[in-house]
Amino acid sequence: MKFQVNNEEVFASTGGRPFDTNKPLIIFIHGSGLTHMCWVLQTRYFAFHGYSVLALDLPGHGLSGGKSLTSIEDMADWINDVIDSVGYKEASLVGHSQGCLVAMECTSRYSNKIKTLSLMGGAGAIPMNPELLSLAENSDAKAVDLMMDFAHGPSGHFGGHPVPGLYHLNTGSMLVQSKEIKDTLGVDFRACENYTNGYEAAKKLDLPTLSILADKDRMCRLKDGQKLADYIKGSEVHIIQNCGHMMLLEEADQTLAILKKFILEKYPNN
Amino acid sequence: MDPKTYKFDTLSLHAGYQPDKNSGARQVPIYQTTSYLFDDVDHAAALFNLERGGHIYSRISNPTVSVLEERVAALEGGTAAIATSSGMAAIFLAIMTLCESGDHIVASSQVYGGTANLLRLTLPKFGIKTTFVKPRDTQGFKKAIQENTKCIFGELLGNPGNELMNMPEVADIAHDAGIPLIIDSTYQTPYLCKPFDFGADIVVHSLTKWMAGHGSSMAGIIVEGGKFNWMQNDKFPSLTKEYEGYHGLSFAEEFGPVAFTMKARAEGMRDFGPCLSPQNAWNVMQGIETLSVRMEKHCANAEKMVEFLLGNESVAWVSHPSAPDHPDYELAKKILPKGRGSMIAFGIKGGKEAGTTFINNVKLASHLANVGDTRTLVIHPASATHSQMDEETLKFAGLSQDMIRLSVGIEDIEDIKNDFEDGFRAAKKLKLVVNK
Repeated sequence: MKFQVNNEEVFASTGGRPFDTNKPLIIFIHGSGLTHMCWVLQTRYFAFHGYSVLALDLPGHGLSGGKSLTSIEDMADWINDVIDSVGYKEASLVGHSQGCLVAMECTSRYSNKIKTLSLMGGAGAIPMNPELLSLAENSDAKAVDLMMDFAHGPSGHFGGHPVPGLYHLNTGSMLVQSKEIKDTLGVDFRACENYTNGYEAAKKLDLPTLSILADKDRMCRLKDGQKLADYIKGSEVHIIQNCGHMMLLEEADQTLAILKKFILEKYPNN
Repeated sequence: MDPKTYKFDTLSLHAGYQPDKNSGARQVPIYQTTSYLFDDVDHAAALFNLERGGHIYSRISNPTVSVLEERVAALEGGTAAIATSSGMAAIFLAIMTLCESGDHIVASSQVYGGTANLLRLTLPKFGIKTTFVKPRDTQGFKKAIQENTKCIFGELLGNPGNELMNMPEVADIAHDAGIPLIIDSTYQTPYLCKPFDFGADIVVHSLTKWMAGHGSSMAGIIVEGGKFNWMQNDKFPSLTKEYEGYHGLSFAEEFGPVAFTMKARAEGMRDFGPCLSPQNAWNVMQGIETLSVRMEKHCANAEKMVEFLLGNESVAWVSHPSAPDHPDYELAKKILPKGRGSMIAFGIKGGKEAGTTFINNVKLASHLANVGDTRTLVIHPASATHSQMDEETLKFAGLSQDMIRLSVGIEDIEDIKNDFEDGFRAAKKLKLVVNK
């Protein structure tokens, strides 16, 4: 659905069901350069099972208007604005990669509104490889190729997509290239590079938090994800084996099963 | 720093499959089953609602077929693929995923006879009309586009005349009009050309041909490039608007770079059912494993045959883009740098009668209605594959009565040449008899 936030048009997938403000809200926040489409194998379940879902396209990404926000802090404030704009007082946040930084920062700033936090492939900081950052800021398609390489584990590279006929690497590549690379991936990578408040934000968190990590993650390494989880009081940690950074697609069923159990228990829909 | 993603030859062998965890089977298992157990009612509902991936019924998807689909998508550089029971099924499914009654197609006039009949005679029964344009008439494609045109369709190298469509320019014309370019890339295979790199949006193949190579199994496939923005205009409401068949789902919003494939499967496979059998999918994969080595030999043999035919006194003309006098020689070097394919069209002196005598007297080359086999194949299109066309339509499609279509195999080149010498000798004898 499309709606307005700060006078800019925003697109969010509602998981194939009408948006219903009588149901608890789950907001999904994508990673660098990506769009709402990376969440398709999680959002539709919740939308069909008693939740209202917003899988957002961040400003300047996917089908949303405006320009990309240049800092994680601005993105965190923008998520708060989204919650206000759709008429909710509270929400549950789910983030992937850069989306984890945004979700954590948002939760630390607006702790009264956020009820649960689910982090996938997260870390307290995501410093960028200088060459990769430069390629992305110059709209070099090689940045996307490198990202697809780093972001996928063995199953992603060989294939075996959970949805018949889809090929991981090329689908991810096209998602990132749906807009000018420097305007989305370049800006997002720079925002990640500049963000240094992750561990401080994590220390402030006092809500049910889930971390889903992958043993073959080369974008946000397992040890960095575990370090972040150690900073969060009572964080629940699950590690998916033989999987890369894109666990939400590479191991979509496992990811959904873990997320389902956590959200249904900590943020029930009744 | 360079990406370490797998390259073409590796993907030919491995893409889409990791050894089965339960059995350890190295080769892709043939899942000869119609249907798949649901864990519980919720699992079944989730599959039907597209909440999660998986298989329901083999008309819609099958694990063996899915490996083939991913493999071809990987080789083509596409986001997704959907395999079909034949190449013609792929073309039909691609068109029916885009078009509705009242819509229009612009197509190259030089296409396989079956495709020409589908566009010219069968699709009008569904209210879908086609305007044909000669493949080299690039601006003709632009002029033929109407308000209700939903795609441009063509074979990169036209069957059987070997006229090359200027794919990058035709793609620009299609995109300026807000419609996709569909390329039948059967003749090229992704080893010789990846049409997505030259602006195509959807690629179809008859996998029966070079991709399989062995001539044992029928199969087709549609591959999606993932770049085309279906939401840029209101030409494709069945992709962009709420679809009643899936609780108001908008394929383009929900699935973006794989929207076309998701619709083709969810609607087209469900309602038309042109599914590929797992056995044939497996057979095709055996061929794809050796695609690059076969294509190199096909192309090398073809170039030697072009040289041989050009120097033969029984031959009136030869059409193959590797010949320096071919009108598309320069364009072919750009679009087909690894080889110009193994299809040759040539005219035999003495016209139709000499042609039929030649075909009746070659022994190694097989006279049959197929191309892209590892074995050398010949046919006289005007009396076979394109026989439903009248003289005027034949001419418009670039065919002549003296034309012989040759699909060069990977046998020893000297044996192919010797076989052709025998055929030419017989045709020449006929001419002498007639002259007496």
